[in-house]
Amino acid sequence: MRVLVIEDDRETAQFLLKSLKESGHAADVAGDGETGLELAQNGQHDVLIVDRMLPKLDGLSVIKTLRADGVRTPVLVLSALGDVDDRVKGLRAGGDDYLTKPYAYSELLARIEALARRAVPEEQETRYSVGDLVLDRLSHRVTRGGDAIPLQPREYRLLEYLMKNAGQVVTRTMLLEHVWDYHFDPQTNVIDVHVSRLRAKIDKSFDKPLLHTVRGAGYMIRDGAV
Amino acid sequence: MASTTAFRLATGTAAIFLVIAGLLIGLVFWQTNRVLTDQVITTLTAEAGSLRAEAQSENSNALIEAVTARSRPEGPGLYYLADPAGKKLAGNLSRSPPEILAGQPGGVFRYRPAVTQTSRDRLGVAMSIPMPRGERLIIGRDIEDQRAFADGVKRLFILSFCLLTLAGLATALLISRLVLKRIEAINVASRQIMAGDFSRRVPLEGSGDELDGLAQNLNAMLDRIEQLMAGLREVSENIAHDLKTPLNRLRNRVEASLRDGSGEPTYRDALERTIEEADELIKTFNALLLIARLEAGPLDKSVEAVDCGALVRDVAELYAPVAEEAGLALDIEAGSGPVIKANRQLIGQAVANLIDNAIKYAPAGSGSPSLARISVQVASTPDTLEISVADHGPGIAAQNRERALKRFVRLDESRTQPGTGLGLSLVAAVARLHGGRVSLEDNQPGLRVRLELPLRAATPAATWRPLETPQNAASSAQAKS
Repeated sequence: MRVLVIEDDRETAQFLLKSLKESGHAADVAGDGETGLELAQNGQHDVLIVDRMLPKLDGLSVIKTLRADGVRTPVLVLSALGDVDDRVKGLRAGGDDYLTKPYAYSELLARIEALARRAVPEEQETRYSVGDLVLDRLSHRVTRGGDAIPLQPREYRLLEYLMKNAGQVVTRTMLLEHVWDYHFDPQTNVIDVHVSRLRAKIDKSFDKPLLHTVRGAGYMIRDGAV
Repeated sequence: MASTTAFRLATGTAAIFLVIAGLLIGLVFWQTNRVLTDQVITTLTAEAGSLRAEAQSENSNALIEAVTARSRPEGPGLYYLADPAGKKLAGNLSRSPPEILAGQPGGVFRYRPAVTQTSRDRLGVAMSIPMPRGERLIIGRDIEDQRAFADGVKRLFILSFCLLTLAGLATALLISRLVLKRIEAINVASRQIMAGDFSRRVPLEGSGDELDGLAQNLNAMLDRIEQLMAGLREVSENIAHDLKTPLNRLRNRVEASLRDGSGEPTYRDALERTIEEADELIKTFNALLLIARLEAGPLDKSVEAVDCGALVRDVAELYAPVAEEAGLALDIEAGSGPVIKANRQLIGQAVANLIDNAIKYAPAGSGSPSLARISVQVASTPDTLEISVADHGPGIAAQNRERALKRFVRLDESRTQPGTGLGLSLVAAVARLHGGRVSLEDNQPGLRVRLELPLRAATPAATWRPLETPQNAASSAQAKS
């Protein structure tokens, strides 16, 4: 995956560059809005990370210009402005996801990986499968090794989101945002309780666990160890 | 003073008033004069008619006799009768006044009285009338007294005009001085406030006039500013208090593990715990910023129609497994609706905070099952929506309730429960932002928190309402319970 980081703070940019390379991704850096816009217009990147406050051209204008030019590269907006209104503005400008500073790198990585995946034209998958776990999106039935697993509607959506991003880390915040549509801090780790309930249903009576906890990051569903 | 608005306004008004007064006086004067003169001329015309009748009688001397009879020296009547050749026949005028020409309705002229002690000329009005036998009769009236009276009136008018001018100027000065004095009071107060005395207020006169209204509004504005400043000060003090302690703890841990030197596993462990603590700090910081943002004013971009019943059920469902693990039953009484204009995320967050608090403080499952319950209800009247969350935990003593809504207050002094201590104050801020309020009540035993939101408020931004202080909320809560 090739990522373009448009960020004016050199240290942050270098940190992202280094971390992305360590995670196995190629990354370019632009230090201001105009350079960033130029690089992004080539369309060679899979994901753009755009800071909102940039010299020369601000982040939201960069995104608006790109979208007006028909560039559809997914954009993660990075901002120190974490206001409820700011998120709405960021997404309306054409951003695909919004992350407030300070953030955990694992959160950022999980989000851009999810964004890059989403950009690949999604052939209407009617079923997801991980190992012997199968989720049928038409009948809303979940089976493992042929045995039906009854799930509550919310548990089903949780599993669906995890399986859609199978093999990739999904953070707690991402789950809260996509499964519940909440963009706030729920204080307690409510997500953990929901995930452990789901895990009890899909993994407990089987030898091989599929739903893994990734320490310091979130969860991942995959066939095999993390 | 001449440059002040009040003075300019007062003098301007006075000037306009004086010009109008002058015009009116002039008009009245002129009109009076004309009426008087007209009256004289009417009398003269009538008299001329009767003299003409005398002239037509058989006796050719009748006219001369009549004129002579009327020409008494003291009377106001003035006569001059001349034969066609211009020779004076009778009358008390010494000569035919040159100002009076034949055929004119009447004219003003000066004459010297024939019999008088003074040699001053007097004013008269006269008309010239041709007589049937070719004589010319000039018949007039002395108007010197009338004119003197008119002059007296004129002088009186001019005097009163001068008095009016003086009075106008004096009033202008007085008004501007009065207004200026009060404006100066406002100025003095604002200068003192600018100099740092924020408790200072603009003095009120109690007259309820516009200046008082202005002063009241200024004071209300100052109250609001003071509240906001107090809020800011509180935020910085609380940041100092509640962020410094964990920051220091974090720093100590890093330092200790550096000193430890027992190798990588120790470092790794210390770093991981550092990240965890940093995350907690960020959460606290975010909550603080959010409260500060909410108190600063309305959000406009993110207000949408929110089905509160559905939202509350949804949030409660998110917490249901957590409650269950804590051995608590979560009773949800919420249907669909009502729908209000609100920020869904903020209302969601507020409800989440309330349920989260209830779970934290409710007695563990070991107690009697009737107490191990949390009840979440959504009810509405035509005007208000009420979301209440009640538990059977230790509750909050009545005297502590208003304090609990303030930032950072965790009544549990030992601070054994996790959390930022900002939960309830965030709920209060969300309520205020949406024009509602929060009240804490006794659930006998336990705590019932009621979040009331207005159903009819078009947008929270539409009207400014004074911040509801926790005291108000608490007192109204007591009034209701």
